[in-house]
Amino acid sequence: MSEITEAPKKYTKKDFESDQDVRWCPGCGDYAILSAIQKMMPDLGIPRENIVFISGIGCSSRFPYYMNTYGFHTIHGRAPAIATGLRLARPDLKVFVVTGDGDGLSIGGNHLLHVLRRNVNVTILLFNNRIYGLTKGQYSPTSELGKVTKSSPAGSADRPVSPCAFALGAGATFVARTVDRNVAYMEETLRRAAQHHGAAFVEILQNCNVYNDLAWNVLYDRESKIMNELRLEHGKPLLFGPVDDRHGLVLEGATPRVVRVKDAPESVLWVHDDGNTWKAHVLSQLWAPDFPIPIGILMQVEAPAYEEVLLEQERAAIAERGPGDVAKLLVSGDTWRIG
Amino acid sequence: MSDAVASPATAAKPRRQLDRAVVRFAGDSGDGMQVTGEQFATEAAWAGADLVTLPNFPAEIRAPAGTLFGVSSYQLQFGSRRVYTPGDRLDCLVAMNPAALKVHQRDLKDGGLLIVNTAAFEKKNLDRAGYTGNPLDDPALEDHYRLHKVDITRLTMDALEGLPLNVKEKERCKNFFSLGLVSWIYTRPIEPTVAWITKRFAKNPAFAEANTRALKAGYHYGETAEIFTECYGIEPAEMPPGLYRSITGNRALAWGILAAAERTKLTVVYGAYPITPASDVLHEISLHKRFGVRAIQAEDEIAAVGAIVGAAFGGAIGVCASSGPGIALKAEGMNLAVMAELPIVIFDVQRAGPSTGLPTKTEQADLLMALYGRNSESPVVVLAPMTPGDCFFVAYEAIRIALKYMVPVIVLSDGYLASGAEPWLIPDPKTLPDIPVSFRTNPEGFAPYVRDEATLARPWVRPGTAGLEHRIGGLEKENITGNVSYDADNHDLMVRLRAEKVRRVAQEIPPTTVNGPAAGDLLVVGWGSTYGTITAAVEEVQQSGKAVASVHLRHLNPLPPDLGQILRQYERILVPEVNSGQLVRILRAEYLVDAVGFNRVRGLPLSTEEVREAIDQLLKDKR
Repeated sequence: MSEITEAPKKYTKKDFESDQDVRWCPGCGDYAILSAIQKMMPDLGIPRENIVFISGIGCSSRFPYYMNTYGFHTIHGRAPAIATGLRLARPDLKVFVVTGDGDGLSIGGNHLLHVLRRNVNVTILLFNNRIYGLTKGQYSPTSELGKVTKSSPAGSADRPVSPCAFALGAGATFVARTVDRNVAYMEETLRRAAQHHGAAFVEILQNCNVYNDLAWNVLYDRESKIMNELRLEHGKPLLFGPVDDRHGLVLEGATPRVVRVKDAPESVLWVHDDGNTWKAHVLSQLWAPDFPIPIGILMQVEAPAYEEVLLEQERAAIAERGPGDVAKLLVSGDTWRIG
Repeated sequence: MSDAVASPATAAKPRRQLDRAVVRFAGDSGDGMQVTGEQFATEAAWAGADLVTLPNFPAEIRAPAGTLFGVSSYQLQFGSRRVYTPGDRLDCLVAMNPAALKVHQRDLKDGGLLIVNTAAFEKKNLDRAGYTGNPLDDPALEDHYRLHKVDITRLTMDALEGLPLNVKEKERCKNFFSLGLVSWIYTRPIEPTVAWITKRFAKNPAFAEANTRALKAGYHYGETAEIFTECYGIEPAEMPPGLYRSITGNRALAWGILAAAERTKLTVVYGAYPITPASDVLHEISLHKRFGVRAIQAEDEIAAVGAIVGAAFGGAIGVCASSGPGIALKAEGMNLAVMAELPIVIFDVQRAGPSTGLPTKTEQADLLMALYGRNSESPVVVLAPMTPGDCFFVAYEAIRIALKYMVPVIVLSDGYLASGAEPWLIPDPKTLPDIPVSFRTNPEGFAPYVRDEATLARPWVRPGTAGLEHRIGGLEKENITGNVSYDADNHDLMVRLRAEKVRRVAQEIPPTTVNGPAAGDLLVVGWGSTYGTITAAVEEVQQSGKAVASVHLRHLNPLPPDLGQILRQYERILVPEVNSGQLVRILRAEYLVDAVGFNRVRGLPLSTEEVREAIDQLLKDKR
């Protein structure tokens, strides 16, 4: 299916840099993400010409112009639909979708839902900066309730959506969250996402230094990060907090609770299992200040990809009755001769 | 199936020769009128008649029984001469219940044959149809029509006695009794229907037996019952020799795609969201996975067009079908294909609107939307098939043009073509024009928007081609390099280039066929599904010696290069359309001619009679 041939040559980051000038605002979190992706690409071992970046509209969606691969900067919110059609036509290509919180969860919410539930084999990178940047600073579907912006001077009345919870609800088979300021960790998460078979969803917490600076400061600030960042590692207990006073999580029924490690026997601590879809739903609901924010792979499971199921049906139909023949089709069923 | 056309075994009663007849079966939407009509059409075609059909059914899936809005009907005209339309006034109406009589009686000719199922004319059904008394008791009905009151339900039950079916199941066979009876009246062979029943109910022999018995009982009833004093023969029509089949417009659209897939050896991605009356294209396509056509039932109309734009970017053929409300939603996706200069084909199976409108009724009111209904300067090619069978050729041609010019192409079908059927001379796919496809592979001198000199098409590159990695998108592109460009002059140039590319499609258009004298008093100009009506009306007027001609446009953008010259050869121009006057505006604007519209927007095809009257009127008004 998506049998990707071994790259004929060893790429470096530079091979993935296009000749276009990058036009994001100086200081934008997108630079770090671009750099991390360009750096991670050689590790995938996929010939550059077999890689396509598809984006919608918004600051993040300029991304394809800066990648020296095939790229298509499309329409607001529609990238998942366009990527689905591309995968159906060309299952030999590695397809990335780059989107943002407005593009992916507002105007394109429906398409994101369906690309995830179908499990189309694409890697979806959602840059979440909790604001509309390209249109100059309106609140987005991930902005916090009461957010004061140009379009909500009295505070927004909209409750925010959690991208990871949305993705899990849609039936995604790979869900992860990462932060633009933790480059090494982000690179690793992106690599794992790109290697996933099926729809992989990564929420990248990204800083818009012009319209929503430090929206993720809870995870940037050296002090606050200690109690608010929960690194997910498969097979390891969920731990956070200062080195001398580690905190952990326990599950009481379906309800999570924070405990001090020194007060709790090791056997009760919640050990992360990224194959557990039930617990992933609980993880996706954890948020500061009541809980630390999970960073890393919340869940990854295997399931058949949409286009592979369809192509298998095509193969089976051809195996059973041979390839289509229009001349035969036209004379099938009731016919009659005149003259 | 055998090619032999069986002749009716008996004709003891006198048989009168007709050259054409218009028959309509009408009943409750649960009465099986569509199947009855389709089978009668098959029988008529087997006997060599030319024919045109008009199915008409309610939008409600299971409308309450007996109601006026739950009436479903199927009309056809068949004849020994060329038949262009399903006919205006009925020679024969079969009314299976009071509601059907009430809705359709007015269309029956004076002296026409009226067959009613008396069993259905009881209090409950009469009330539901809004009758205060039983219309069958009104002597006026017999004064106007040749009324035959037949207890179809009881006769059917009698015929099925002893079969292991319950009362309800037996009663459901009554449509085949009606079909048998009408088959006898018009001396149509019932063999194809018997064969159809056998196949259809292969897994349920009791149903097969019951329906066959009901069919034959109806046929024999006509033969033996005293009330029918004569039957009618219709000679085979003189049609071009060859192998024929019946085809609907929607099936023909789907098969046109398959033919293009086979010829080009390209993958087709077909994107669709269910919508009446276009869904049958999706159903048909979904049956044929062996042809390399990959159908995606998308989450919405927008995703459907998005998917095919993505497929086109990947080097596949992208095709969508929808109807007006869906096409409105696709505007943005089509414009991406306009900007990215990618080949996609959109079928608009038009229906009556605006908004949800009359989903199952036909209309031609999306022409201006197809031409102009997208933001900014958005030229696309627009084609329109003339008959159900023509949908096959136009679908194929749309794909050919899209690939050659790297442009979106819209095909305007409509509800009438979609479900209407005609005998179709089966083409040999080898005779279809070639569709050359060449993907750019040479990196030397490559840029995404370098253009072919003849067509102005930009190169089509399959991702996966080393050395041609490039980025395109919805932002304005610099000509040749394809880099994002905000340059004012470049934008002006690109607007002109995109328009010129579409204009050059004119070189694909064959000389326009003029039906009638090359100059004269009046030219009727039509497009799309009005072909049959206009042709029939014009031929009638021509028979009275008038200098009237017609042309029918399959190419609406660009228009045929010879059209202006043709228009100037006639004193008056009449443009009949099932809209408020859309093509007529274009002709007036484009050619500065005083074209006059004839417009009816009733969700139904125009009638031959009203078009003929409009022609006569305009001839009288001649300056």
